[in-house]
Amino acid sequence: MLWILVGLLFAITALSSIGCWLIPSGRVAEALNLTAAAVDCVLVGVLLARTPSHGVETFHHYLLLNPLGLWVMLCTALVYLLASIHAIGYMRGMREESARLNRFYALFSAFALTLFLAPIQNNPGLFWITIELTTITSAFLVAFQRAPETIEAAWKYVIIASAGLSLALLGTVLFYWAGTFAIGPTYNMTWSRFAAFAPGANPVLILFAFLLVLIGFGTKVGLAPMHTWLPDAHSEAPAPVSALLSGALLNCAMLGVVRYLEVLRRSPVYSYAQTTLIALGALSLLIAALFITRQRLIKRLAAYSSLEHMGIMAIGFGFGAPFGVIGALYQMLNHALTKSAVFFGAGNALHAYHSKRITKIRRVLDYFPVSGALWLAAALAITGAPPFGLFWGEVTLLRGGMAGPNAWAVAWTGILLIVVFIGFLKHFRFMYFGPMPAQIPDTTLHWTQVAPLALSVGAVLVLGLWWPHPVWIYLSAIARHFEPN
Amino acid sequence: MPILHLNGTVSAVFSLLTITALILSFVMLASHWIKNHILAFAIQSWVIAVLSAFIGIAGHFPELIAIAILTALLRGTVLPYLLIKILDQAHLGREFAPLIQSSTSMVLGALLVLLAYGMALHLAPSGSVPDPTIWMALTTLFAITLIGFLMLVLRTEALSHLLGLLVIENGIFLGSQILMPGMPLLLELVILFDLLIIVVTFGILVRYLKTEVGSTDSRALRRLVG
Repeated sequence: MLWILVGLLFAITALSSIGCWLIPSGRVAEALNLTAAAVDCVLVGVLLARTPSHGVETFHHYLLLNPLGLWVMLCTALVYLLASIHAIGYMRGMREESARLNRFYALFSAFALTLFLAPIQNNPGLFWITIELTTITSAFLVAFQRAPETIEAAWKYVIIASAGLSLALLGTVLFYWAGTFAIGPTYNMTWSRFAAFAPGANPVLILFAFLLVLIGFGTKVGLAPMHTWLPDAHSEAPAPVSALLSGALLNCAMLGVVRYLEVLRRSPVYSYAQTTLIALGALSLLIAALFITRQRLIKRLAAYSSLEHMGIMAIGFGFGAPFGVIGALYQMLNHALTKSAVFFGAGNALHAYHSKRITKIRRVLDYFPVSGALWLAAALAITGAPPFGLFWGEVTLLRGGMAGPNAWAVAWTGILLIVVFIGFLKHFRFMYFGPMPAQIPDTTLHWTQVAPLALSVGAVLVLGLWWPHPVWIYLSAIARHFEPN
Repeated sequence: MPILHLNGTVSAVFSLLTITALILSFVMLASHWIKNHILAFAIQSWVIAVLSAFIGIAGHFPELIAIAILTALLRGTVLPYLLIKILDQAHLGREFAPLIQSSTSMVLGALLVLLAYGMALHLAPSGSVPDPTIWMALTTLFAITLIGFLMLVLRTEALSHLLGLLVIENGIFLGSQILMPGMPLLLELVILFDLLIIVVTFGILVRYLKTEVGSTDSRALRRLVG
């Protein structure tokens, strides 16, 4: 039953991609993509409710449905749906691309398909390949508008991500090798198999393999100092793609790191692995805070904010069970929703003011009373201010770190969050309450460009005011897989 | 785990092949002609294919022979062919302004081999009698991977970056064939297929670079900063 639903999910997304490619009509492609996104969302919801908490494997142990993977799929499905709605108005606004609109949606569905494929992989090697495939599909989306900047961003993205991922492959191979000493030359490569031999394996080898995997998938997550592709790709892609990159792709890559962390939980090197993850997260947070404060371009501002949140999540997962993991997972969902809203608003501003520069965007609220207010709320939410969901994610994961050996990271995160709060909202103060702009902006907005903003801001507001108890239970069940013993 | 217990002659052939693969990555490091890089890459892939077949026969892993044929076909023939097509389309000949001289990059490469040897010493299983096969495999694995990264860093030409990535993959592939010949067949097949997709993607992007940016030199990519 569950696997029929999973099959349906992939079939519909793949059909949408193929259909969009073959039918040269922008309107048909919009409808196909949106239908696929809506159906995917429902299917993931059903899977989330039906899947038993210990997870199920199928197809000769190649596929795995478990709560952790489904949580990532939930983030992907929600962002995919919101971005598909926003894309309708946004992409229609790019008149010069109207002839290639069906190609855009074909790639968009294909990208979503690869994002859904990654979390259900039970074989670490195949997981690696699905992450590599996300790079390919998303690179063409980043390069969709054929301008020198977008091609540059796509090129840097592919080179840096592939180079990073090759290290992850090396790490995966070394993990497998470590297992051959205990199990024999040929065995089924699965997460649970890795977890079974990890405690007894050569600690130096295991730690080395983990560091390679961490650097590799960390490149894709955008952890500093391997983050350099992230602001370029996120800022040059069309806004719905930026939302999907930030709200879905980064989580899928983070899942790679987290799965390996889970593999190591009983091994003697677990605490080293956690500390390294925290150190990378702390560095990402620092870099993000510095670049946010001095940023001049609106979408790069949002991109560095993704770097910040991925850093916080890394710190949370590093703090470990229960509160660190629960907080980081709650953060993942809320970040996916909030960051989508921030990118949608940035895309709308880009269309209205015809500029990426923050100094060119002025008096947003005067021209856009509704969507402007929603964007401001999203900006407030992304800095982690209450009453939005990200606040609870951050508080919970910081609470988790206080008792542990890495308590310094709590203070570090706290200070840098304040820096980010001031730095990020400073830009919004100028954009909302600065002097009148030189040129009157184009105030035509399609309703699909406002609706997803309202939906996501509404959702994070609800998640901030009320953390549903079933969600807490669900996340604590996942967190139990990260306890050392 | 030491999979191959090699006698004298077999062991000598084995060492010869691994060292040849390593030396070929130095050829790529030293030459500034991109066509030479592609040629060296093709030969390296064939050497790895022979090595796979060799391990398959010596260690009784029949599926490795299939992998060897695929490696020779895909890595050794199809990929170089695609690369040469990209090269001809983009009218690239050689790198005109290298960042550092060939001799310097060779010395750096040699230092990386030393580093790789050091890493291999730490990672090889301790306890029992050290197995020279494992040392050799680990050293070449790390050395070729590191040299691939060095190429990524030192080269500015778009196609050389792609070759750098392919060399890294070759290194990993070579190492994994020796260290874990029993690795699931499916995985290796998918990795080979994945490489093909990557090369096609790069081909398209190189064409975009040429038409939109007007150059395939990474030093021309300076618009996005901060």
